[in-house]
Amino acid sequence: MPEAAIKCRELVKRYGDLTAVAGIDLDVRRGECFGMLGPNGAGKTTTIEILQGLREPDGGEVEVLGLTWDRHEGELRQRMGTQLQETKLPEKLKVEEVVRLFRSFYRRGRSVDEVLALVALEEKRTAWVGKLSGGQRQRLAVACALVCDPDLLFLDEPTTGLDPQSRRQLWGVIEEFRRRGGTVLLTTHYMEEAERLCDRVAVVDHGEIIALGSPRELIASLGAEHVVEFALEQGEAPPDDVLAALPGVEHVARENGTTHLTVSRVHQVIPALMRLLSERGASLSELTTHHASLEDVFLNLTGRHMRDE
Amino acid sequence: MNRPETSALVQLTLWRLREFTREPEALFWVFAFPILLALALGIAFKGRGPEVVRVAVEAGPGAEALAQSLNADGRIEAAIVDSAEAHSRLRTGRVALVVGAGDPLVLRFDTTRVESDIARLVVVNAVQESAGRRDVAVIRDVRVTEPGARYIDFLIPGLIGLNIMGTGMWGIGFGIVKARNDRLLKRLLASPMRKSEFMLSFMLSRLIFLGFEVGAVLLFGLLMFGVPIRGSILAIAAIVVIGAMTFSGVGLLVASRARTIEGVSGLMNFVMVPMWIFSGVFFAYSHFPDGMQPVIRLLPLTALNDALRAVQLDGVALAATAGPIALLVAWGALSFVVALKVFRWQ
Repeated sequence: MPEAAIKCRELVKRYGDLTAVAGIDLDVRRGECFGMLGPNGAGKTTTIEILQGLREPDGGEVEVLGLTWDRHEGELRQRMGTQLQETKLPEKLKVEEVVRLFRSFYRRGRSVDEVLALVALEEKRTAWVGKLSGGQRQRLAVACALVCDPDLLFLDEPTTGLDPQSRRQLWGVIEEFRRRGGTVLLTTHYMEEAERLCDRVAVVDHGEIIALGSPRELIASLGAEHVVEFALEQGEAPPDDVLAALPGVEHVARENGTTHLTVSRVHQVIPALMRLLSERGASLSELTTHHASLEDVFLNLTGRHMRDE
Repeated sequence: MNRPETSALVQLTLWRLREFTREPEALFWVFAFPILLALALGIAFKGRGPEVVRVAVEAGPGAEALAQSLNADGRIEAAIVDSAEAHSRLRTGRVALVVGAGDPLVLRFDTTRVESDIARLVVVNAVQESAGRRDVAVIRDVRVTEPGARYIDFLIPGLIGLNIMGTGMWGIGFGIVKARNDRLLKRLLASPMRKSEFMLSFMLSRLIFLGFEVGAVLLFGLLMFGVPIRGSILAIAAIVVIGAMTFSGVGLLVASRARTIEGVSGLMNFVMVPMWIFSGVFFAYSHFPDGMQPVIRLLPLTALNDALRAVQLDGVALAATAGPIALLVAWGALSFVVALKVFRWQ
């Protein structure tokens, strides 16, 4: 397939003085799962809503499935599936009634039974939406997005607020959609979600893309595979250049009293770090190591954690 | 037409109907409330022949004889009480008139109260007759109670109009603002759903319930109080449908931008309460000053009530109500067009 699923250039959106989207370029390929990763308020939702034709950008160009919103709105709406943040489906309707309602808007698509099977809600088909759990509601929202058998699926923080089991269940639904050749654009602030689902990830902060690549590439860009984090009970942390000089340390970042070292060889860094700290009379209150993740990529780029929890 | 399964208009309308029938409170307000209101008002104002006039006679010389002669008239119920008590009863409406015996006889009453005026006439008549007045002209009373001229007859069409306005505006206003609040409107906007079908589904669902809603009140009036239906049922149906469409349009307009249920409730009341008062629901709008009449006649509920009364009570043909109907259509069309223009989907 020649054309890209989504192409946008120089996308800009302002709300008064606030620039929510400050010149974003995106190329989402057909059949890929593309993730936009970033903290709340980074401009992810605004971007995805512009791409879905729900908001007018103040500047820039958007092409979806080779079509534009100005000229092909009707066709585009037939071919894309949508799950929005914070949509509350009608509580007094039954599950199957909601799916049938959404099915009726489209010229072609899947049957109600098929879609309910896809999101594993067959048993709840006659339950009122108001009686569903958070995870079930979210699966129903995705069912409504899948009912038109879309070429392109937009998911805006599909698993926010869900328990780990519901989250994994929903990931399974998205992976199944991809196996059938569908393209997905999703936003998330969960690293594991992006690492597990996405072929490529754009890291977004303050309305701009600050990094782009596959999760593996982004993590590799740290230059090291491990992260050592420590905090001190007393004494002052050594300066950045001293820490960076330790064997195997590639990068130093600090946040709220915790120091993060991106390292290639944990077994060399730890003894050296301990010696350094005891020489300086500092004692540890915390020391952990883990494999580098997208969270560390964000931290390295911005000096902040993605989720302020 | 598609199969109902796949017709968006059918599914959207089913959605509206389900929201309504699965909400017991809504059913109460639409069906039971107007009937209960008609029952209460019908009983309160039921015609019971000539009213008994209650008067207080101030205690003092001659009071006993005066009270006796007043009580001799079947329509008067006179009680002797001291002056302070008499005034207190007048003030609180327990008597319509206070009589002070003597020469001249003193009658105290409040001219703004209709029953006081009546009481004065009855008392003056009784006093003059017992003093030996000779009537010059001979009069014979024939008492009739004409269905169609009683208060309950006036009330039933007014209640139907009120109900059409209320359910139309609340039903549509709440439904839309709730969907907007739940970000559902935005979700629908992301689908290829036709906006006009969405709006139309609200109107269609109104039409389906309208028959029951209006029929219930009409039938209740007929069976319980013998309120006549003199015009054709078809003419009434036509007016009711037009009225319902009009208020759907107005409801849509009122709900077109409000973000919260509280906000839309305030707006609804702002629009509806003046019509409750001015549009001749509970009493004729001719009571208001002449200067206000042109404005009152422009209100959609006034037009609806006028048309309903003309057909139900006076039995006129539909064509004779062309004026009010044209006004209703204008209100409805204008509101619908403006609502579509300014409607906020997210």
